[in-house]
Amino acid sequence: MDSLRSKIVPVSTILAGIVVLWYVFAVVLNAPFQRDLDRRAGETPTTMEFVVRTLAQKKPTLPAPHQVAQNFFENTFLRKVTSARSLVYHSWATLSSTLLGFTFGTILGIVIAVGIVHVTTLDKSLMPWIIASQTIPILAVAPMIIVVLAAVGITGLIPKALISTYLSFFPVAVGMVKGLRSPELMHLDLMHTYNASRAQIFWKLRVPASVPFLFASMKVAVAASLVGAIVGELPTGAVAGIGAKLLAGAYYSQTIDIWAALVAGSVVAALLVAAVGLASRIVERAMGGRPA
Amino acid sequence: MTARLKPSWQAALALLLVVIALVLGAMTQPEADAFASPAAGVAYPYLGTKSVILGLIGLAALGSMLRLRPLAEALVLFVGAHGAAWLLLAGIGGFEGTAKAPYYCALTAAWLLGWRCVAVLSSMRPAERWERLALNLVVPALFGAWLLILWEAVVRGAGIPFILLPPPSAIGARIVNSLPILGEDVRQTIFKAVLVGYVVGCAAGFVVAILADRFLFLRRGLIPIGNLVSALPIIGVAPIMVMWFGFDWQSKAAVVIIMTFFPMLVNTVAGLAASSHMERDLMRTYASSYWQTLFKLRLPAAGPFIFNALKINSTLALIGAIVAEFFGTPVVGMGFRISTEVGRMNIDMVWAEIAVAALAGSVFYGVVALLERAATFWHPSIRGG
Repeated sequence: MDSLRSKIVPVSTILAGIVVLWYVFAVVLNAPFQRDLDRRAGETPTTMEFVVRTLAQKKPTLPAPHQVAQNFFENTFLRKVTSARSLVYHSWATLSSTLLGFTFGTILGIVIAVGIVHVTTLDKSLMPWIIASQTIPILAVAPMIIVVLAAVGITGLIPKALISTYLSFFPVAVGMVKGLRSPELMHLDLMHTYNASRAQIFWKLRVPASVPFLFASMKVAVAASLVGAIVGELPTGAVAGIGAKLLAGAYYSQTIDIWAALVAGSVVAALLVAAVGLASRIVERAMGGRPA
Repeated sequence: MTARLKPSWQAALALLLVVIALVLGAMTQPEADAFASPAAGVAYPYLGTKSVILGLIGLAALGSMLRLRPLAEALVLFVGAHGAAWLLLAGIGGFEGTAKAPYYCALTAAWLLGWRCVAVLSSMRPAERWERLALNLVVPALFGAWLLILWEAVVRGAGIPFILLPPPSAIGARIVNSLPILGEDVRQTIFKAVLVGYVVGCAAGFVVAILADRFLFLRRGLIPIGNLVSALPIIGVAPIMVMWFGFDWQSKAAVVIIMTFFPMLVNTVAGLAASSHMERDLMRTYASSYWQTLFKLRLPAAGPFIFNALKINSTLALIGAIVAEFFGTPVVGMGFRISTEVGRMNIDMVWAEIAVAALAGSVFYGVVALLERAATFWHPSIRGG
């Protein structure tokens, strides 16, 4: 009951407000073109008819929510998943490279973090460059990486996954460095009194302590690698994937398609973040954590 | 005698590599050809410098094993590693793609010495503040320099095609030669699209966060949505914005506004909750109004969070503007240049643009970080408590 009052009601009110605003904007933004159409057809519709027509254009400036929902539903559930028009097909293309890049990125981030925590030289020399590496707008470089790798003969999943890797290793590395250093001095001293070796301290103290940090940063990383995969699809000549769908929509002014692809991307993002959250809860429970 | 020596694995390995390089002989293919037919008089690189390079590495490696003071040891290593690397790079000019195993042995040995140098420097614990600061700058700088040296040496030694990966020296030359074009692109992308979008987006996020703070209902409704939206691939709205606002910088600024809005909103709301009950109770006992509490206690306390958002947004803004240019621009701008020069296979121009973007991103981030130090000087992470 409490969550209904403190969460569901406010969220749904705001969402409803957004939908209403969206309809208003759709009418306002589509009106000039509709007026133009009516003048050419020599019609003088009533206000009500006019509004309905603005919400039913084929290539509207801003498609109405129900148009997007209809397009999304058609392309998700009513088409065969192997069809090139199916959003499931495109989402899968994006999802597979996202997952591959995310896996690489997480492993790379963990390896870097372990190195930084254990080797002073790396801590001093590598950390500033890891931070600097993220000021490079890698997404801007994505097309070049794709084109250059294609010139060498590497195409398909790997180039897209590389971009996702680059975007996702950073949050994991930074979070894991924090996590591996999170055990307090007292706990480290206790391990010393047990005469624990470095490896034992690592496996029995540092790794368990870093798990919450790992999952928190993995949530950020998975969203980042999805963005990487989508942008990585832009220069492949619109073959497959949500990014390709966006680009094709932009070329042919298929606004409804663009919005449906955006919705699909958002659904994938929400699913990915939810999956990481679920994994985190399962691992925490397995490690004996209690819900706070 | 052994007590006077202080061997390190990097120096030992470097010595071993020097010996291997000497045993294997010719550094490059032309040198091997010249030895095979001495009469032909084939020109080859490292005619006189080969012994200097290997000698320099060997001496530096041996010297570093003596019980020197750390600074002297670092200096010996620095001269040995970078002298050898410089001679290697200077010698390969004109003979790209002919390097043989000893070339890479010498390169690896020099790199190991460089690593040892960084290791010695980073284990130093100077007492003076400025010395620590200098060390914190020199160590990453050396690391970056070695990244460039290895890139240059491998690309030129192995003769990797220019299309695939140009050497840093070529990229540097390209930057110097096309400064006007780069300047024009920076003006279009950064000074128009990024700055306008960044300022408007952050300001809007901030204002909405204050509103959400004032009205509990709004906060409860907006924060879950904001958290969800920050995980979404917002960059996808770029084509829509280009359709709505045209090809010029306004559409890019719109993308930047949308991308920077939500991180600012979420972080500011989190920051406004950062002041403790005790402090807020104190403000109540002073009978201060909502706005007085906000400006004198809660906004300053939210400073670290707000600056965190500003930092995140500085890179997001750059990405947003550049990617939005892929969907259509006037014939100027960093994203436009990158996508067209890739098509024309002018990879060095692309890299030049990337270098400029990285520089701009770092400067942007650095300015925000400096502002943060000035504005939240009281915070433990900056006081260095």
